[in-house]
Amino acid sequence: MSDHTVRTFDQVTVGDALPELAVDVTPTTVVLGALASRDWRPMHHDYKFATERNGLADIFLNTPNQAAWFERYVTDWTGPRGRLGRMTFRMKTSVFPGDRMVFSATVTDLARDEAGCGWATLDLRLTVAATDDEPERLASTCTARVALPDSPEDNPWSRRGDRWIP
Amino acid sequence: MNAGSSTDADLPEEVTAMLGTQMYPETATFPVERSYAYNTLAATQNGNPLFWDDEVAAELTGGVVMPPTTLSLWMRPHFWEPGAEGEQLALKVHFDLKRIFGLPEAVMTDNTLVFHEPVRPGDVISNSQVLKSVSGPKTTKLGTGRFWVIDVEFRRTDGELVGVESYTGFGYVRSGAA
Repeated sequence: MSDHTVRTFDQVTVGDALPELAVDVTPTTVVLGALASRDWRPMHHDYKFATERNGLADIFLNTPNQAAWFERYVTDWTGPRGRLGRMTFRMKTSVFPGDRMVFSATVTDLARDEAGCGWATLDLRLTVAATDDEPERLASTCTARVALPDSPEDNPWSRRGDRWIP
Repeated sequence: MNAGSSTDADLPEEVTAMLGTQMYPETATFPVERSYAYNTLAATQNGNPLFWDDEVAAELTGGVVMPPTTLSLWMRPHFWEPGAEGEQLALKVHFDLKRIFGLPEAVMTDNTLVFHEPVRPGDVISNSQVLKSVSGPKTTKLGTGRFWVIDVEFRRTDGELVGVESYTGFGYVRSGAA
């Protein structure tokens, strides 16, 4: 396999911080994300519905697309051998066009399960950067559990059945 | 936001009957297709070579797999199809609760995803929904309503578990609305 990132279990320490990822959100970000996840609900593409019916500031990022952003952020760090097992996120405020969303994360736990698989637990935050008019805003928090290889040759994706305990 | 919980005595009989019951077992009307997953990868600028480089996919997973967080994608209905009338809804229990409680608006507040066997092109996915809990009346900055938790289990048609999702929704009447 070519020289893709391989982050192994022994390379990670509790307290490690992942590099931040900043993304400027546009209406296209929101609409593309919603349609990519086959979420046709109008609050994710119809400004009038979102503002006049839902009482929100604008159309906003939908749930499955937030999950996909968190996946991308985690696996940018792990490389392709990193395998997500579990992800729990809580949306506190919505993400709107015009926002600059910033992903950050810290490793909070490292553990090996009964099948010998090494897991990193990450606490992730999606914040909206401060502007001249608004302070920084916490949009979502997320806890992710991702399996890491023991060596560059190890492969969590090969685990099946009783050897995969997400 | 805290979903809390409610005693069964606080809930309409129709909702009590839903709690813990497997509802709306469905099988997708289309197979998992790789081209659609590219939309999610593009929308999130996800360059993971596992999804773009067939050699990487073959080495790590024995072939092409879908991004794990596309799990619910493969069960969401088309926006329209012949014979279908009205809006096509993915999480029907959520909309049942909105109707039963008379709550016109709703948002999702929490989402848990657990990933089991990878989903591959050509798989046909089935799922069912289970209402796990419903809170008593709550007031947030959005309005007054109730929280509820719905679990959705996804399987291939051969029965293999591919994932479980849990959604917390908040159905509400906007503050100041009649």
